[in-house]
Amino acid sequence: MSTGVAEKTQKTIGGIRRKFAPWNDPQAVPLIRYQNVTKRFGEFTAVDNLSLDIYEREFFALLGPSGCGKTTLMRMLAGFEEPTEGKITLAGEDLVGTPPYKRQTNMMFQSYALFPHMSVWDNIAFGLRQDRMEKGAVAARVEEMLKLVKLEKFAKRKPHQLSGGQRQRVALARSLAKRPKVLLLDEPLGALDKKLREETQFELMDIQMELGMTFLIVTHDQEEAMTVADRIAVMNHGKLVQVAPPAIIYEQPNSRYVADFVGDVNILDARVESIAPGAVTLRAEAAPDMSIRVSQECPAKVGDTVAVALRPEKLRVELDPPADPSVNCLSGTIWDIGYLGDLSIYHVELPNGTRVKAAKPNLTRMVERPITWDDKVYVSFTPDAGVVLTS
Amino acid sequence: MAVKSRGRWLVLAIPYLWLVALFLVPFLIVFKISLSQDAIAQPPYEPIFDLSAGWEAFKDAFSQLSFENYSYVLSWDNEFIEAYGSSLWIAGISTLLLLIVGYPIAYGMARAPKSIRPTLLMLVILPFWTSFLIRVYAWIGILSPEGLLNQLLMALGIISPDAPLQILATNTAVYIGIVYSYLPFMILPLYSALEKMDDTLLEAAADLGCPPFAAFWKITWPLSLPGVFAGSLLCFIPAVGEFVIPDLLGGSDTLMIGKVLWTEFSVNRSWTVSSAVAVLLLMVLVIPIVFYQNLQAREVEGR
Repeated sequence: MSTGVAEKTQKTIGGIRRKFAPWNDPQAVPLIRYQNVTKRFGEFTAVDNLSLDIYEREFFALLGPSGCGKTTLMRMLAGFEEPTEGKITLAGEDLVGTPPYKRQTNMMFQSYALFPHMSVWDNIAFGLRQDRMEKGAVAARVEEMLKLVKLEKFAKRKPHQLSGGQRQRVALARSLAKRPKVLLLDEPLGALDKKLREETQFELMDIQMELGMTFLIVTHDQEEAMTVADRIAVMNHGKLVQVAPPAIIYEQPNSRYVADFVGDVNILDARVESIAPGAVTLRAEAAPDMSIRVSQECPAKVGDTVAVALRPEKLRVELDPPADPSVNCLSGTIWDIGYLGDLSIYHVELPNGTRVKAAKPNLTRMVERPITWDDKVYVSFTPDAGVVLTS
Repeated sequence: MAVKSRGRWLVLAIPYLWLVALFLVPFLIVFKISLSQDAIAQPPYEPIFDLSAGWEAFKDAFSQLSFENYSYVLSWDNEFIEAYGSSLWIAGISTLLLLIVGYPIAYGMARAPKSIRPTLLMLVILPFWTSFLIRVYAWIGILSPEGLLNQLLMALGIISPDAPLQILATNTAVYIGIVYSYLPFMILPLYSALEKMDDTLLEAAADLGCPPFAAFWKITWPLSLPGVFAGSLLCFIPAVGEFVIPDLLGGSDTLMIGKVLWTEFSVNRSWTVSSAVAVLLLMVLVIPIVFYQNLQAREVEGR
């Protein structure tokens, strides 16, 4: 399926930025293995016969709506839940039955769970003292962690004397202090405002690379997952729907669910008309007078009903039809326009009433746009814009 | 605006008026009696302030007030100091026992499923629906030599029928009575402190390598301390001045200041000495109350 998708996943290993993709390497040994794991709470199945491998130094994101089982999956690794069936191994060691206080994982909690009666310093030192680490070493490690999260001046404060962002940093420092094999982050940035969240995402990536640790993050925020993760697992109803690097999740979703959950998308029902090597011709129900060409190996047979996923930013809206005949083109009328400043979102109504969204960057400074309500327009896209989905 | 602020003053004034009329004024009366001398009269003390007798008489009466009763109460020759000490000791031991009994109960309640917590709270409060006096009397029936406890132990063959346990009329019975009667006052503040504790703190402790028992001492116990102090003071303060329980369940050797005060008042008919005993008891108890207030203020600040 690799059609030259730019891999954003590169890691600085030994001072050189390298492509990081151990999941493609058959020799690589996973650090964490979920093997046919099922977790039931009474009648409810939170995780359903799920298998997943996560590699060392990977920044792995579990993405899904609330109730999809992502948090349960993480809590089983931390030891707060035991799987009903299946096996979880960490560095080859079977974890089932090991209590959380004996596992080499540390977790950063969504609520931060800082000990309110202890200072920042004592919070960070807590785990180290549990290990009976020698006093000088504890102090050195705590200082190092405070420096890492830039909180040296706040060591003596109690959690209630800190801002939300500072508490988040203390929680991060505390969970990193023991140098766990895996750091688990449960919606770590959920309580921060947008700007701070974006800054912190990049800091998390820096810290992860600096310490060379494996991070597993649970989030419902697809942008966050896309930003930080090497690979994303999209979950639904306790199952993995797709596990892939962010660019593949976005550009080559394997199902309507993934396409719809990650980013904005237009999904058109269509019938396969003809198949050629690396090319499919389809006829969409919404535009029966035009055929749509998609340059990919067809996952279906001629005559099958499939769906075409089209990202709004890959659609062009013009008043005139495109000159190039190889470009797909649908005609319609402007139903609504959303002006976002950087982008304008055109909602175009196709002849049968289906509406598609096209995002157009506002490249020039212009108050009056040439396209307006009820204009007859042409929506065009190249063959490599669409993705054929069978499920 | 004026009407509004007058309304506000009225609302503020009512509780103050209440406190002045029903707490401060009676206290001042008792304090004045404690500075007077016994007399064979009605009321049985002098001087009596009588404003109708004129200013000179008032000044004369005022000059008769003295701290004589206090030096009498505080002299080592009398049993008062011993009674104060013994009361503090019995109240202290009782508070400790209450804490030992009450903490696990409150902890269990706070950890119980949310759906059954109201029922458990109800069960703790339920005994209040029966008169305190009747409940203490009931313990006589349980603890007396031919009471229910001894009958049970004899029936089970644990003690011989000729040697019943002598619990009634001992300090043990007083401890049992105080622990039984005051338990809700210990459980409720402990429960409220434990219930609002965030469970993820214990998960975080476990995650950082802390086994459950250690996590209890490092996290749960320190965070429940406000409840421990509140419950302890709520039990300790009234227990020091307790009269009914030592009177009904205690023996002749149970020395508690409440009993001494009652004897002084109704047997010795000395209003003045018993007033001095009461005022001194208040002074002794003001110290822990102030301590508690400080603690609460600090906690509020900490939020």
